[in-house]
Amino acid sequence: MAECGRADSSSTTHTMDKSITLPPDEIFRNLENAKRFAIDIGGSLTKLAYYSTVQHKVAKVRSFDHLGDPLYEISEQEEVTARLHFIKFENAYIETCLDFIRDHLVNTGTKVIKATGGGAHKFKELIERKLGLKVDKEDEMTCLIRGCNFVLRNIPHEAFVYAKHADSEFRFQTTHPDIFPYLLVNIGSGVSIVKVESEDKFERIGGSSIGGGTFWGLGALLTKTKRFDELLQLASKGQHASVDMLVRDIYGGSYGSLGLTGDLIASSFGKSATADKGFSKEDMAKSLLHMISNDIGQLACLYAKLHNLSRVYFGGFFIRGHPVTMHTITYSINFFTKGEVQALFLRHEGYLGAIGAFLKGAEEDNPNQYSWGENYAGSSGLMSVSPEMNPMQRARSGTFDMLEMDRLERQLVNLPLLQDPSSYIPDTMDLTEDALAREYWLSCFEEALDGVVKRAVASQPDIPEAIERSEKFRQKYRHKLQTLRQQPFAYGSLTVRSLLDTREHCLNEFNFPDPYSKIKQRENDMALRYYQKAVKSLEQLSWEQRQFALVRGVLAGNVFDWGAKAVSDSLRPALLLQGPPHKCALFFVDNSGVDIILGVMPFVRELLSRGTEVVLASNSGPALNDVTNGELQILTERIAAMDPVIQAGLRDDRLTLVQSGSSSPCLDLSRLDKVLAMVVRERQTDLVIIEGMGRALHTNYYARLSCESLKTAVIKNSWLAERLGGKLFSVVFKYEVPPGKPSQEDSSAPSTPS
Amino acid sequence: MHYLHRGDDAECNGSPAKRCRLRRRTESVRRSRPPFPWFGMDIGGTLVKLVYFEPVDITAEEEQEEVENLKSIRRYLTSNVAYGKTGVRDVHLELRNLTMCGRTGNLHFIRFPTQAMPRFIQMGRDKNFSSLHTTLCATGGGAYKFENDFRSMADLELLKLDELDCLIRGLLYVDRVSFNGHPECYYFQNPADTESCVKKPCTLEDPFPMLLVNIGSGVSILAVYSENDYKRVTGTSLGGGTFLGLCCLLTGCETFEEALEMASKGDSTNVDKLVKDIYGGDYERFGLQGSAVASSFGHMMSQDKRDSISKEDLARATLVTITNNIGSIARMCAVNEKIERVVFVGNFLRINTVSMKLLAYAMDFWSKGQLRALFLEHEGYFGAVGALMELLKTTEDP
Repeated sequence: MAECGRADSSSTTHTMDKSITLPPDEIFRNLENAKRFAIDIGGSLTKLAYYSTVQHKVAKVRSFDHLGDPLYEISEQEEVTARLHFIKFENAYIETCLDFIRDHLVNTGTKVIKATGGGAHKFKELIERKLGLKVDKEDEMTCLIRGCNFVLRNIPHEAFVYAKHADSEFRFQTTHPDIFPYLLVNIGSGVSIVKVESEDKFERIGGSSIGGGTFWGLGALLTKTKRFDELLQLASKGQHASVDMLVRDIYGGSYGSLGLTGDLIASSFGKSATADKGFSKEDMAKSLLHMISNDIGQLACLYAKLHNLSRVYFGGFFIRGHPVTMHTITYSINFFTKGEVQALFLRHEGYLGAIGAFLKGAEEDNPNQYSWGENYAGSSGLMSVSPEMNPMQRARSGTFDMLEMDRLERQLVNLPLLQDPSSYIPDTMDLTEDALAREYWLSCFEEALDGVVKRAVASQPDIPEAIERSEKFRQKYRHKLQTLRQQPFAYGSLTVRSLLDTREHCLNEFNFPDPYSKIKQRENDMALRYYQKAVKSLEQLSWEQRQFALVRGVLAGNVFDWGAKAVSDSLRPALLLQGPPHKCALFFVDNSGVDIILGVMPFVRELLSRGTEVVLASNSGPALNDVTNGELQILTERIAAMDPVIQAGLRDDRLTLVQSGSSSPCLDLSRLDKVLAMVVRERQTDLVIIEGMGRALHTNYYARLSCESLKTAVIKNSWLAERLGGKLFSVVFKYEVPPGKPSQEDSSAPSTPS
Repeated sequence: MHYLHRGDDAECNGSPAKRCRLRRRTESVRRSRPPFPWFGMDIGGTLVKLVYFEPVDITAEEEQEEVENLKSIRRYLTSNVAYGKTGVRDVHLELRNLTMCGRTGNLHFIRFPTQAMPRFIQMGRDKNFSSLHTTLCATGGGAYKFENDFRSMADLELLKLDELDCLIRGLLYVDRVSFNGHPECYYFQNPADTESCVKKPCTLEDPFPMLLVNIGSGVSILAVYSENDYKRVTGTSLGGGTFLGLCCLLTGCETFEEALEMASKGDSTNVDKLVKDIYGGDYERFGLQGSAVASSFGHMMSQDKRDSISKEDLARATLVTITNNIGSIARMCAVNEKIERVVFVGNFLRINTVSMKLLAYAMDFWSKGQLRALFLEHEGYFGAVGALMELLKTTEDP
């Protein structure tokens, strides 16, 4: 959000510099398929939105008709997916941008452009002339609310709390699954306070004329400084105590009986009436900023209290990523609510109007029916506008800021078994707050980059230009890592998951949909050969021995060298297959090959034999060497052909394969395929097994479920092992029973093993 | 207490004069009445408010006993309407033939800038005020801030009192005794219409609960449920001090009177951006009238407009901005506290009909007639009156 800080006086917006060189093809991407335009023109910034389709390669697997090697065919096919593009730039570029769009717009079906924002009127004629589209104006506030709902619903780390002096300036909040009701305080030239109760129900419950325009107008009069951001800069250097009358100026100290401390402002500008008229611009600007921020904060609190709302989001050009205003508003809210209400800000606050206008124009496509996901590869991310925080900013291409959202082919919902969806945080470690961990993982991913590039090239051996693309991927991902080193908060909380997901997005961006496809295929082939043997040897074991062997098998999936003694010791309290059988187990699987075939499948078999139904949840799309739903379908069929237990399970619908909805090596239990949630509910799932480092350690280690759960992984990273107080290849085997439910080991009547 | 301590001294090695004063004091105590002079003082951030009780029932005997400097203080205060360059007696507010503590007299209302406080203390020393052995009851922040100065410069010990306690006590007292037979309280009829909007007296019968909005340099908002049961709901730093401070910076004026004079001639719509300036008319989606202010000082974002604006317009806009904001916060507090009667006091309202009418209108309009704004004639003096009452009460205590 670097550029959104720029808020020039509107008089400069007409001055155009045609010679400005844009890298427009990097900005207005996928224009050739663009349709449904929307534009939000503010006092200084223009936000353009359009819907487009992206053609890119996806990995497919298809079963061969004959048995033998290899067991399935891999192909990369072209697929078309929907993407939303949002671009933000200074009004000065508007003509250049419109020209570029006209020259590259292929789709002639588009007739209308939705427009909102104060400047929409002013530029109406220009847009209509340049683009040949009819400008259709939409109500500003309606667009704003629509946009706000959209980002809150689709971007998990959209909202944040600002903490100036904390290690991490931005503290991202997990969005409550039910985003309503909330209060939106929009600070433009004035202030509107809007209560939002549902998608279509919102009401302006109040407002104030003392807003950004007051700061700007009064500030310009007092300091002879014309530009909004210059005023903010002045303010950040000033000392308000020379202008304001503080409690201590009146009392000589604090007003103890009321708990008013001496440094509280008793009267804004109170000293300028009596003292000699020599005040610095900085001090006056600071005093003004405090006055306005406190006033808005106070009103917001009064309205929040009256309407009993605790979620209060702040937006508008007064806020728009400015650390100074976010700090003063946060301070004010803390003061007036004694910490009961937190001031929340939004990462994509500047885009809300454009998003809303777009959604208004796209109603027939029902964009709200789908879930959307932020594409890390195509989005510029949040930038701090404080210069010392943001050395990267200057290096960025011009003054353009982008957000891209991919339409996911499914609706994503919470796992119904989460104990408290509103407090669920998928990630175990927040690298935004933990500088040491951040440094380690960023370096780790940087070092691994060569290997990933090699693997990507190897996955497309017959395509010569793959090398060139792989280099582009390397550049892009390295740049992302560099950005994240400077701005760890760019895409919400930085986590191992977000680093992995960003890499997947960048790989997809350069048409490497599945770099591990060949390796996975080879490993699956090999493991399948040992399946029958493995099952047979397990069957020969005693019941207890078999339980250990099964668990070991699951753990062995990731690692060859592991201490059997340590494993069996740590497993003792967790003989979860003792006791009455579970109704249904949900198993989030991890790797291809040995892991799924020789580890998970025998375990599944045991569960089925005990009368437990099994739901196997695997990734919808590829990520690393994780088994995808497509691959797992084929593998399960093959195994069924060899194994009557699995076969019967499939036939009787007691073994079900579902997609998780994810294409990540990690797992966000608050964004799962709706079908999965449905199946879980229908089958009365009472056991959840989560496997692997990505799903059980980097994420969900602390997730609390409302049924029995088992999280299991082998720690294959010595740094992480040390962090968690263990050794390399330590085993995580976390069996949890929710409070109030008897655990299996407490069960007094163990069933006789069959 | 300071004077008790002094009294003990007097008994040990008292001069004749001291013995005389001691006798006076003991007589006063016997009659449950403090010795004259009776003062109540409220030292605010900008103004000092002083009330002085002038006894008119002085007996010949008293007259004879009255020491010279007490006489001279009485004469100085009652025969002048201005003191030094900046002190003013609000003659029109004088409460006549008042009975306080069994004595009949006139209550005088005097104010001077807090800046002049050092000179005031100096005067106390020059007039040898400490020899009178009166208790100087003071409230407001300055009671704390200047406590040391009083002690070291004038040998005077202040009895410090809480300003909100004093405010409420003083307000209820003045309302009870009435304004020389007329009601202390008034409101504005037809606040929505500038032509027919008129001031109407009324009574504060059954005054509780009330929301009391005290607009001095800053603003305090209290919910008052009885004389002794109240809470400070909130406050804002955008008060009278902000109006005057900003006016001084924007227009170069120097006094409150000057600022108000300019404001009365100005037009704030040249400075403020109205809803119609943005939407061309009403913003119907949200039920906002075109004439409502959308952004205070919003027009001043443009250089052209800044260059063409008059000082009067700027003063008016400042006044309207501050007033509306106080109105808005007061209204929200009234709704949150479920109180329908909003009483505005404080010296910001002195000679400030523009603000009072705006507040009356804002309460009425935004509450759809539910809330009523009330005003009081002695707007800024209640703290000082409350302090004086404390003096009379204190001495009655054993």
